[in-house]
Amino acid sequence: MTRHVLPGFRLSTGYTLLVLGSCVLLPLTALLWTACELGPAGWWAQIGTRRVLAALKLSFGGALLAATIDAVLGLLVAWVLVRYRFAFRRQCDALVDLPFALPTAVAGIALTALYAPNGWLGSRLAPLGIEVAYTRLGVLLAMVFVGLPFVVRTLQPVLESMESDLEEAAYTLGATSFQRFFRVLLPLLLPTLLTGYALALARAIGEYGSVIFIAGNRLFRTEIAPYLIVQKIDSQYDYRGAAALGAVMLAASLLLLLAMAWLQRWTRRWAVVR
Amino acid sequence: MRRLLLALAALLALSAGHVRAQDVKLLNVSYDPTREYFQDADAAFKADWAKQSGRNVTVTTSNGGSGKQARAVLDGLQADVVTLALAYDIDVLADKGLLAKDWQQRLPNNSSPYTSTVVFLVRKGDPKQIHDWPDLIRPGVQVITPNPKTSGGARWNFLAAWGWALRQPGGNADKARAYVTALYKNVPVLDTGARGATNTFVQRGMGDVLIAWESEALMTLKEFGKDNYQIVVPSSTIVAEPPVAVVDANVARHGTQQVAQAYLQFLYSPQGQEIAARHFFRPRLASVASKYAMQFPAVKTFTLGELFGDWRKVQASYFADGGVFDSILEGAQ
Amino acid sequence: MATALDAALGGGPLMAAVAAVVSIGRPAWPTRIARVALVLAALTVLGWLMVLPLLAIFAEALRHGLAFYLQAIREPDTLAAVRLTLTVAAIAVPLNMVFGVAAAWSMAHFEFRGKTWLGALIDLPFSISPVVCGMVLILVYGKDGWLGSWLEAQGLQVIFAMPGLVLATVLVTLPYVARELIPLMQAQGSDQEEAALTLGASGWQIFFRVTLPRVRWALLYGVLLCNARAMGEFGAVYVVSGHLRGLTNTLPLQVDQLSQENFSAAFAVASLLALLTVLTLGIKRLVEWRHGGELRANT
Repeated sequence: MTRHVLPGFRLSTGYTLLVLGSCVLLPLTALLWTACELGPAGWWAQIGTRRVLAALKLSFGGALLAATIDAVLGLLVAWVLVRYRFAFRRQCDALVDLPFALPTAVAGIALTALYAPNGWLGSRLAPLGIEVAYTRLGVLLAMVFVGLPFVVRTLQPVLESMESDLEEAAYTLGATSFQRFFRVLLPLLLPTLLTGYALALARAIGEYGSVIFIAGNRLFRTEIAPYLIVQKIDSQYDYRGAAALGAVMLAASLLLLLAMAWLQRWTRRWAVVR
Repeated sequence: MRRLLLALAALLALSAGHVRAQDVKLLNVSYDPTREYFQDADAAFKADWAKQSGRNVTVTTSNGGSGKQARAVLDGLQADVVTLALAYDIDVLADKGLLAKDWQQRLPNNSSPYTSTVVFLVRKGDPKQIHDWPDLIRPGVQVITPNPKTSGGARWNFLAAWGWALRQPGGNADKARAYVTALYKNVPVLDTGARGATNTFVQRGMGDVLIAWESEALMTLKEFGKDNYQIVVPSSTIVAEPPVAVVDANVARHGTQQVAQAYLQFLYSPQGQEIAARHFFRPRLASVASKYAMQFPAVKTFTLGELFGDWRKVQASYFADGGVFDSILEGAQ
Repeated sequence: MATALDAALGGGPLMAAVAAVVSIGRPAWPTRIARVALVLAALTVLGWLMVLPLLAIFAEALRHGLAFYLQAIREPDTLAAVRLTLTVAAIAVPLNMVFGVAAAWSMAHFEFRGKTWLGALIDLPFSISPVVCGMVLILVYGKDGWLGSWLEAQGLQVIFAMPGLVLATVLVTLPYVARELIPLMQAQGSDQEEAALTLGASGWQIFFRVTLPRVRWALLYGVLLCNARAMGEFGAVYVVSGHLRGLTNTLPLQVDQLSQENFSAAFAVASLLALLTVLTLGIKRLVEWRHGGELRANT
């Protein structure tokens, strides 16, 4: 272990480990333990079915797509909220938190109300042949909705802290907005953007409440993995099966987050090299 | 930052200012659509118990999906009595030693003080001409019913359809399976609970027919108008028997044995039966049943016991993972 | 100027940025049009994703008129749910704030073995589905859980009571403050803290006088984020609440229960949650306004 210049290493690291150990590691050990009680064959019997695989594919595929959409839209919204002054800017800023504060069940019902065939938007989209509610598109929409604030709220403080000085420097040197954005700010923002992306992704993978109402829960088509967990607990009282599925979801999203962290380090280095 | 903390502390202080009086407390863990019923029944029982014993009782009722509620009691929710959608959810509690295995024999009528049946709700004028079970599997007819895996009520719906097919001339398990598979092929949305399915049918305008408990269907008519919907009674259907029981282990710990038993007895009393009838459950007591006969359409019914045996068997063969329902869903895709 | 920029960005990226800017020298675009287009695009996104669902909620809430709406939100069970939600957030959010600051201090100022793993561990709760969060708590604290029989012997009720709700909320929102602080503090580096140390400042002095002023925005954002998420949390508390009306129903759970019974009342209560968010943002604006001067000087 290296010598540390600043004080507080033991206190801060120790406290962090204590909280993580009791609040995160202990319960997760219980999860893995319960899943392991099944044995490899029992585990595969729970996970290897066409139904579970289809649900996992929907949860992860939908989340990847939704987080990508969130990254683009979120960057736009964060940029505009931090950089420009316009009427109702603050009200718009407040709106971004809506998906956090709304219980996900309400968000789900509200989205379903909008996009159902008799809904305000659904009835307008139906003549165009676009069905949202009770399709995969609906699942995607709910995931985009819950993920957006993660990207915006992660980007905002960084944008705000780099706001004036760098901007002025670039401005006095005569760079255009596009040049400033793509060659100066985006490389600097990229690590943060990836953090937001990863958060939106993780949230969308596990999302239950808002998706469940708009999905329609059709077998192989719109049934998400968390709903399978609920089915196992609530109708079978099968904690082991549920834990097995939960552990698989956890491992997969953990791998995704680690990949994100690696990518983030890489982009940070890349920004430095530039 | 400190300001924010102060604000939060102030909110905390505001929220701490309530104290509860010491009296007998009873926790009734129930399933979803019984909230209004138990609001009335709890109030009436409170008055009744005060007269009987001179003591004050506060009944708290928890509502949720039947299976989820049973799981909560298994995991330590301190229910004095459970009033759930189907007997299997209470059998599970008995298996864990929370109450006696013969709980269903302790009260009259299989321990279910009221019943309901499974009927169809269609839009006014019945545009798709739905009269009986066979009409539900016609191409182009959309049927709304919740997922039996997460909704106890929907398991009765499933068994009603299966039982009807089984009782047709020449009916057998294979024909019943073919019929129910065709039925689920026509289901565009599989909601998690009964009320969710009603919302999908009523508020979202999905589907041509909703398979629902009679109590739910009558409630929908009352709330959303007889001008918009009508009930269709199929040629035969199942009697849904939602059971009630005292949770022995918990009442022993709380010392609430007596009041818990009195609470369930009250549900069988003329007053309790009358409240059930007002909330569209079919009362068991003949005098109350005849008084409210106008409210309930005449139906030909069969019971779970006649066709399927008991709930343990039904659960294991139909609704367990990899059971009949799962393979029907896969066949319906 | 150079030190301020250094502080905001860390040395390396800054030099790169300036170098990039120096190499550019073409005439400016018509920026005004681009700005208007960008603002309009952002407004469209917000209008589509946020305003429409919000309008849908209020439309459903007010379907039976204002009197019904007021009656729905004044129901005793709903008021109890508001109190419970605020109490749970008031316990969980400060806990997570302290955790976030400690974790960020550790991650930003020290190099040690296993640091990458610690970072991953901090992020871990993000990757757990809320449903699983609730389930693992039952596996530990439930009747048949690891600590279940011990808790029962002590007469302690965790699951289906307030402690379970707080635990679930803490677990779900644990990384929020840390996640806001860590990237910023890592980008800022340790130079200023070390300078303060050589000038003889103690650890706490360094934290309160040097570090805190530089990260207060991120801390505030993190706390607000954490608070909003804590108040709206549904999946995890859904599993551990037991749904006792007036006792263990938080506001989101109350909404869910009402949606099984009375649609308009459910949406009326949901709009209360939206109002709580507005209140949180009001606090943020108050801080912004009071400390506007210092903040500008510090960034």
